[in-house]
Amino acid sequence: MAKQLPKRDLENVGLGVTGACVALVTLVVAALIFMVAQKGLSAFVKDGVSVVEFFTGTKWDLANTAENGLPYTGALPLIVTSFAVMVLSTLIALPIAIGSAIFAVEISPKFGSKVFQPLIELLTGIPSVVFGLIGFHVVVGLMKSVFHVSTGLGILPGAIVLAVMILPTMTTLSVDGLRAVPDGYRQGSLALGYTRWQTIWHVVLKSAMPSLMTAVILGMTRAFGETLAVRMVIGGIEAMPTSLLSPASTITTTLTTSMAVYAEGSAQDDVLWALGLLLMGMSLIFILIIHLIGRKGAKARG
Amino acid sequence: MLDQAYSRRQFLGLAGGLASIVGLGLVGCGGAGASDAADTGSAAVAESVSGEVTYDGASSFQALVEAAAEKFMDANPDVSVSGSGNGSGKGLTAVAAGTVTIGNSDVFAETKLEADQVKNLVDHEVAVVGMGPVVSKNVKVDDLSLEQLKGIFSGQITNWKEVGGDDAKIVVLNRKAGSGTRATFEAAVFGDEAVDFKGDAELDKSGDVQTQMGSTDNAISYLDFSHFDDSKFNAIKVEGVEPKSKNVTDDSFKIWATEHMYCSKDADEATKAFLEFMLSDDVQGKLVEEQGFIPVSAMKVVKDASGKVSAK
Repeated sequence: MAKQLPKRDLENVGLGVTGACVALVTLVVAALIFMVAQKGLSAFVKDGVSVVEFFTGTKWDLANTAENGLPYTGALPLIVTSFAVMVLSTLIALPIAIGSAIFAVEISPKFGSKVFQPLIELLTGIPSVVFGLIGFHVVVGLMKSVFHVSTGLGILPGAIVLAVMILPTMTTLSVDGLRAVPDGYRQGSLALGYTRWQTIWHVVLKSAMPSLMTAVILGMTRAFGETLAVRMVIGGIEAMPTSLLSPASTITTTLTTSMAVYAEGSAQDDVLWALGLLLMGMSLIFILIIHLIGRKGAKARG
Repeated sequence: MLDQAYSRRQFLGLAGGLASIVGLGLVGCGGAGASDAADTGSAAVAESVSGEVTYDGASSFQALVEAAAEKFMDANPDVSVSGSGNGSGKGLTAVAAGTVTIGNSDVFAETKLEADQVKNLVDHEVAVVGMGPVVSKNVKVDDLSLEQLKGIFSGQITNWKEVGGDDAKIVVLNRKAGSGTRATFEAAVFGDEAVDFKGDAELDKSGDVQTQMGSTDNAISYLDFSHFDDSKFNAIKVEGVEPKSKNVTDDSFKIWATEHMYCSKDADEATKAFLEFMLSDDVQGKLVEEQGFIPVSAMKVVKDASGKVSAK
């Protein structure tokens, strides 16, 4: 055993090390926000892109320039597509996630913790490009044969692929949420003569609501930010989607496909940073919502 | 015990150091011998150089550059050649800014950079690539004029019957805006006109186009010759000319581009040596054709920065 430091010094060393970690993380986050904000805002300030045009314009075309010398920067189609994909994938995944969580917690807890949960966790570990590949080769083909469309690319296949991807996040969080409901609630409900179904519906799900909402929001956040898998099946056309099977492009897919094309400091590059800023703002809002739900839930439970 | 371990480690370190010095000496001798042999043989690489070569740019001929880099590094173990394919635009800005030593591009630097940036770059034309339109297996059309292609890829012609095919909607599969294949295709078909038509999909890679073409009916897209695949789709004639390398060499097939590798004027020895190797017979006589490209030496015509073609 090496010679020990005096206790006070040891305390200080610990304080220093952990404090430095916190300082580092804070610095990284602050620098990140600063850089994205600075670059993103310079699209509006330096290059003179109109903010209104950015949020309401429907023509996105960085390769061509309008009369005012700026590229077409109407991001509304991208925003609409991003939200459509996110909402649709959540709608597909949510019932499955909550349904399987109910089965795994309330109906067959042993199967739930021994078999189902490891299985779901395995799904979390699969890289998104694998989902994209499966989407490109299977889901797109399925769309073609089911709906008789020409390319089979678009919002619907994107949402289906995403639903599979966010399913593990949502299921795991729902399972945790249901498990956290105190057993006394269930016993009390059963003692009052409720059936198992009534107990689950009126008592367990209701008191687990804040955690379920968190599961939904986290799933949505992931869906909103996911890029690679979506990019492979969405079609990549930056235009207002006219149907669920017309090719479109989300904010993230446009970012990744256009980022490498334009020189740094150009108006095109700055507008892409503005898209990044928009994404960051959205995730900030999602996180705020989660915090609000958490606080409300804590209050409701006392 | 501690002392002993320490001395043993010291001994090992000393021995290892000696061994590696001896080893290096041997390798050095061997290398010299090998390059001597090469000198008498084919005079491929004059003397061994060292350093780091980095590149970025067009993905269309990245495979060719990678294959050449492997061979170059075999001959020059002290040089590392590495890079990525982030698109012609990125490659040109990167080499102009000095973040990479070589910028690969499907297009002339003049089209993407300011004149004073181009001044400091040296162009190396390493290969020519032909590109042609491809259609789905079920499409009966096997020849389109440039005018018809222009109509299809600008959204004015939307039905196959307008160009002599069946009554079916044309599904246009485009490439993404940064694609060199798209730039070349549009330059040949549209000239200087701006194109404002996106088609039914914009795909990321030539491989994605292959897959989609194979499973989509009534579709049209474009690919470089090396990505043609008769089992999945048909490559069609343009203005009655077959998309074959020999038709590119005399410009009777109009859609082709020269692949450029740019370096800065004051590039280091390793970069210059690698570019020399790209233009040597080892690459030009063999690798270029193996990878589906046309050697520059086989061309009977040249294309300048403004797209004008003239006899050599």
